[in-house]
Amino acid sequence: MGNGILVLCEQEGGQIKGTALELLGKARELAAQLGGSVTALVMGTSTPTGVKGAQQIWCVDGPDFQAYNTGPWARAVQVAIEKAAPALVLATSTVATRDFFPRLAARLGLGLATEVVDLCVVDGQVLGRRPVYAGKALYDVRVSSDPAIFTARPNSFPVPADLPDAPAPEALDVALTEADRLTRVVDTLAPETDVVDLTEAAVIVSGGRGLKSKENYDSIIRPLAAALGATPGASRAAVDAGFASHGDQVGQTGKVVNPNLYVACGISGAIQHLAGMRTSKVIVAINKDEEAPIFDFATYGIVADLFTICPLLQAEIEDLD
Amino acid sequence: MKIGVLLKQVPDTETRIRIADDASGIVTDDIKWVINPYDEHALEEALKLKDARKAKEVVIFSLGGKGVDQRIREGLARGAERGVWIEAPENLDSLAIARALAAAVKAEGVDLLLAGKQAVDDDNSQVPAMVAEILGWPQVMMISELQIDDGGFKATRDVGKGVRQVVEGRLPAVISCDKSLNTPRYASLPGIMKARRKKIDNKNISALGVDTSSDPLVSHGNWGLPPERSKGQVIPGEPKEAVKELVRLLREEAKVL
Ligand SMILES: Cc1cc2nc3c(=O)[nH]c(=O)nc-3n(C[C@H](O)[C@H](O)[C@H](O)COP(=O)(O)OP(=O)(O)OC[C@H]3O[C@@H](n4cnc5c(N)ncnc54)[C@H](O)[C@@H]3O)c2cc1C
Ligand SMILES: Nc1ncnc2c1ncn2[C@@H]1O[C@H](COP(=O)(O)O)[C@@H](O)[C@H]1O
Repeated sequence: MGNGILVLCEQEGGQIKGTALELLGKARELAAQLGGSVTALVMGTSTPTGVKGAQQIWCVDGPDFQAYNTGPWARAVQVAIEKAAPALVLATSTVATRDFFPRLAARLGLGLATEVVDLCVVDGQVLGRRPVYAGKALYDVRVSSDPAIFTARPNSFPVPADLPDAPAPEALDVALTEADRLTRVVDTLAPETDVVDLTEAAVIVSGGRGLKSKENYDSIIRPLAAALGATPGASRAAVDAGFASHGDQVGQTGKVVNPNLYVACGISGAIQHLAGMRTSKVIVAINKDEEAPIFDFATYGIVADLFTICPLLQAEIEDLD
Repeated sequence: MKIGVLLKQVPDTETRIRIADDASGIVTDDIKWVINPYDEHALEEALKLKDARKAKEVVIFSLGGKGVDQRIREGLARGAERGVWIEAPENLDSLAIARALAAAVKAEGVDLLLAGKQAVDDDNSQVPAMVAEILGWPQVMMISELQIDDGGFKATRDVGKGVRQVVEGRLPAVISCDKSLNTPRYASLPGIMKARRKKIDNKNISALGVDTSSDPLVSHGNWGLPPERSKGQVIPGEPKEAVKELVRLLREEAKVL
């Protein structure tokens, strides 16, 4: 039987991300019940800052591990699992972990539960809660392998205020084989704007077909989002009409988001859209049709023309101190 | 070149999900089944490669129970040549599904395997990468652009925050598709007629050497619906006043500003 918890921690520019701290907080709570220590694994730096709540930090650094690549990352996490022999492995659900963790799980014959939104210990065993059918249903998930692997959706757990500082990081040596170099990253294309990813955003302002044109989307939604420090999103109708790009789509076949505040402008609230944003803590709807389904689940609604309301809202927010 | 496409049957995204009385799953009685939306993009990409004469044959692989042959038939109507239907019990975990699919793909011998980035029922995003590992093939998941040339591939994927990576490797490979890759075609009437005569091989999962008798590594129970979002309040008044009140509520009541 494994012992302790291994947490794969995301970093950006050497700084540990909030998504990692929430997992470290959860891991500490679970370790108190399961026994064993918490090990933080950090990729792509040897001097991470801000790691808390772990008893040790292992770093994997070097040119092979800086940008995400399937083979090297899978090998590094494999080496860490073999060295730590944990009972539980935790990671944030990201493009990277969705890519390599299933591959590693197949290699090691381990069970993997992706995208859980809660974790707890019942009868000495870890139980995850995970949404399915794009959040239209949830179930409890058990992983019977040793270790069990879970990835969690960003913003699932609060970051405890009292997480103790972690000790100095140690380097973890990872030797790559030919089999780890099946793919090569040949180019990285930088984004046009520097905003928080939709899946991690605390505030989102989305526009729908009601915007009528890309020009309107750009002149109404983007500045309102900027005023709120929000990431802009869109309905599928808006994406299909070319107002926003595919990566901006919220919903069952777009991104599943979990912000504190979701502002839907000119969006009717179709079941596939709801599926992607129903866990938002507060939903604001701006729609001129009082019968629009979005008002059935919005926390606050304004029935009016978005072209009047959105600029007013933007000005009001900009006036806040 | 021969291309394999992994295609899963899932409930239509319009479906209102109901939970079975014993909380062991959903009620499937009156569900309309469709091809997993992302798998439509995988199939489309395969058909485009065939249209461009880079591939000769497209073979659909689908594992599941009743109705799966209908979904395969829909794929054949869009232009795939053949189908392989792996009949299997419910509630297999992703690794068992991947083992069966990998065995069938290996027996068929394809040069490229395309899949969806996730099945919109279980939302796992696991099977394609597991198949890649079992076959020892390179993989790129969730791609938005693909180029196939001279036995190699070049694929683009979104790695978050709008950053895109271009990834290269040799064939055979497993690639999973996001929806921005292409726009799936509809089946034509002649396509539908032709599909009736196309062949679907029926295989049983045990014949593929996958043991389904042991307990799954990943199991689920205690199904439930998400908490209902209660209907909130519509803020009345003239636009200016309504916006002021909204901001006040967001600050003082909801405390999100
Ligand atoms: C397989 C499948 C997957 C799908 N996946 C997704 C998905 O992931 N995400 C998604 O969003 N959809 C998805 N859809 C589409 C979904 O069914 C809806 O068609 C879509 O969400 C509608 O987008 P909308 O609300 O912007 O447009 P509409 O439904 O047309 O609504 C526009 C709204 O704007 C309002 N409006 C118009 N003008 C104004 C104005 N001046 N001021 C204020 N309000 C105004 C109207 O009253 C209306 O309510 C999917 C559909 C299918 C079949
Ligand atoms: N039972 C199945 N039969 C065929 N393909 C499948 C099956 N399950 C998953 N896949 C493929 O793997 C992709 C990801 O599925 P999942 O890992 O279940 O989210 C799907 O989009 C399909 O292409």
